[in-house]
Amino acid sequence: MAQFALKTALPNYLRDEQLRIEEFARGVGLDFFPTIFEMLSYDQMNEVAAYGGFPTRYPHWRWGMEYEKLSKSHEYGLSKIYELVINNNPAIAYLLEGNSLVDQKLVMAHVYAHVDFFKNNFCFRMTSQGRHRKDRSDVRKWIDALANHGAIVRKWANRVGLETVEQFIDACLSLENLIDPQKPFIPKLSAPSTSEEAEPEETPEVPLLRVDREYMESFINPEEFVESQKKKLAEEQEQSQRFPSAPDRDVLGFLLEQAPLERWERECLAVVRAEAYYFLPQMQTKIMNEGWASYWHSRLMTESICDASEIVDYADRCASVLATTPGQLNPYKLGIELFRHIEDRWNKGQFGKEWDECSDFELRRHWDRRTGLGREKIFEVRALYNDVTFIDEYLTEDFVFDQKLYSFGYNQRNDRWEIESRQFQEVKGQLLTTLTNAGNPIISVVDANHGNRSELLLEHTHQGADLRLDWANEVCKALCRVWTRPVEIHTVVDEKPTALRFDGKDYSQKSL
Amino acid sequence: MSLRIDQDHSRFRNIVRGRIRQNLRKYISKGELLGRQGKDLVSIPIPHIDIPKLRFGDKQQGGVAQGEGEPGDPLSASPQDGDGQGKAGDQAGDHALEVELTLDELADILGEELELPNIENKGKSAIVDKKDRYVGVRNVGPNSLRHFKRTFRSALRRQIALGTYDPKRPVIIPTRDDMRYKSWKTEEEPVANAVILYMMDVSGSMGDEQKEIVRIESFWIDTWLRRQYKGIETRFIIHDAAAREVDRDTFFRTRESGGTMISSAYRLAADIIERDYPASQWNIYPFHFSDGDNWSVDDTLLCVDILKKLLLPSANVFCYGQVDSPYGSGQFIKDLKEHFSDHDQLITSEINDRDAIVESIREFLGKGK
Repeated sequence: MAQFALKTALPNYLRDEQLRIEEFARGVGLDFFPTIFEMLSYDQMNEVAAYGGFPTRYPHWRWGMEYEKLSKSHEYGLSKIYELVINNNPAIAYLLEGNSLVDQKLVMAHVYAHVDFFKNNFCFRMTSQGRHRKDRSDVRKWIDALANHGAIVRKWANRVGLETVEQFIDACLSLENLIDPQKPFIPKLSAPSTSEEAEPEETPEVPLLRVDREYMESFINPEEFVESQKKKLAEEQEQSQRFPSAPDRDVLGFLLEQAPLERWERECLAVVRAEAYYFLPQMQTKIMNEGWASYWHSRLMTESICDASEIVDYADRCASVLATTPGQLNPYKLGIELFRHIEDRWNKGQFGKEWDECSDFELRRHWDRRTGLGREKIFEVRALYNDVTFIDEYLTEDFVFDQKLYSFGYNQRNDRWEIESRQFQEVKGQLLTTLTNAGNPIISVVDANHGNRSELLLEHTHQGADLRLDWANEVCKALCRVWTRPVEIHTVVDEKPTALRFDGKDYSQKSL
Repeated sequence: MSLRIDQDHSRFRNIVRGRIRQNLRKYISKGELLGRQGKDLVSIPIPHIDIPKLRFGDKQQGGVAQGEGEPGDPLSASPQDGDGQGKAGDQAGDHALEVELTLDELADILGEELELPNIENKGKSAIVDKKDRYVGVRNVGPNSLRHFKRTFRSALRRQIALGTYDPKRPVIIPTRDDMRYKSWKTEEEPVANAVILYMMDVSGSMGDEQKEIVRIESFWIDTWLRRQYKGIETRFIIHDAAAREVDRDTFFRTRESGGTMISSAYRLAADIIERDYPASQWNIYPFHFSDGDNWSVDDTLLCVDILKKLLLPSANVFCYGQVDSPYGSGQFIKDLKEHFSDHDQLITSEINDRDAIVESIREFLGKGK
């Protein structure tokens, strides 16, 4: 942070608090990177927040827009940023100058839990840049990395012009969310072996079910089944002749490798992609991360940090963080309640076969095996789950009822948003749907030589919700800018399969 | 203190400027900006400047939330588009972006978009008032401007440094070097040297829509001329069969039902000019809006006469805007065109609806006079 020339070190009294809180946090078993707190004035805070918590990023107007929004809403007293922490080793967190001491303590406790989450949750492993040579500690020099990105983009802006570079980055940012969350966990494919040289096409056998008695053939493998298997096989073959051989969800990565880019374009695209992957885990674990941090700030504050005179102020602050609004999910609230729920269940032994099969209401209500595994369990959960698996595994019917969760949707007939259901399955299904792929549609590159004209074909795996069309058209245009040839996206509009296309000049939309 | 964000911020402002320019015609014809005018700032709502991405459409996807209510109950607030990246749960939702521009910036944008030429001052020297302001302190000057406190202080400082200061007998004797004098700077302050005279027909045939058009148009004329002249005055005259001078508010609100004698307004305008704005020192811009209905042919001739003899010789340009109304005959503009075909100092423009405002502004101001 050498370039951060302003004096931002903590004053002594906060420094002492920090050491105290750090001790408490370690005492309850949190395991975090070294954490540095910096004290910022509100305009510095707005600036840092506009840059997503980082002191320097690549030059781009949208940080300016973010800054405008933040400083406006600050001036009008609509919002105030309390805490900001970045996933880096050492972790950097910011405190807002002028906040009350209780607020600062609360933020510190909150931050230590966040950093523990960054360090231990499996999703964040992909943000690791390796191990330190000497002490084997996790290297995450993201402040440096993002500053380097800034240097790269600035360098090219000087050579080819800021305007040009910025327009290209606009196009890349339109594609920012087209990445594959699983990618970091897929082992790298070895180079395709040369042995499988174009062998003469032999028609592979249609995979059918095994039949021991010949007369059973037509029952086990009826004609329709044989047909469908044949069709499937043909499709597979067709796809394997295409490029990429399997649909690739890492659209950015695909473009980076295959699009005919100039060097500056390639480097800028690589910057956008690297940052997209860096921020991905934070979107995949929003509920867990905030829940975990809130869980620990509430424990630490009430059990160790606050003295009696501070507890009311703390409770007031905490309540406003956990407040719920109709039609908006508060990840802090859902997360903290779910962690508490899990802890409670594992403390009382409310898990396993016997628990699952017990349907006696009274028995379940007073079920307490005094297993005391709660603490251990939540630490395990924070390491091994992301939002989707967390909800899938631990959102129980009791919890949905107790927490008054409901699903809502838009009612066309009444032209308004309405509560749809409080049924467990529906609420859970809806929640999982909104969390899947961090709320983004699933898009993959299917064919890079579509229509044998080296056009790019993308496919949207439609799961019930249509794309926003005006934006989808703009994305086609952005894709076309990068790919330099016409681009098509196959999706579903109003239940009809539709192709959206941009050929370099015009948009078109036709049913398939 | 300069922030690193400044560069990105100014790039964003440039984009905003471009957006406003693109949408300027819409802003003009809808009259949106009038209500958003502060002292010298206008706040303009910008439809989202966003980076388009593949996202689910609005209202395609519901969500999950917590709280009271039965299935079928409406949610009081419509859910916000979560962008998944926001940090705090208690942040304000996504508001439409409002940006503030100074009126000068707005005028520049108007000028760029309509390709308005800068106005040539019609040979009248800009009137500038000189004013002295005390801005600092220096070592030399007349005794009448001696700064006693600063002189005393520097003498005290010197004596303490020399060790000649005795707290028990605190005598301070300033020497020549200790003397401090106030210094001044002469600043130029522009004095209003242009005046806009708005005249409007408020007879029964002018409806609310017609007045709204005049209001919108006058806002933009004001904005542009204010940018061109350092100081500017505006006067308002309404007329039906008789004319009187009113303030801005009354100007846009009054509705009479009488007949129309345009000459009454022209005469009053000529009187005001003669009394308050000597033509040799003032840039004068009379604007007249009406629906083109005049009482009689005689009165029209009288108007032509006043224009030729009194108004045109003193004014930079005389602009006549005719608003289309269901009751007006629209004859007046034809008469003017007929009588003044050889005068390029008289500009006429027909404003049929709000969309025509832009063109009409261009006609009025496009000559750079």
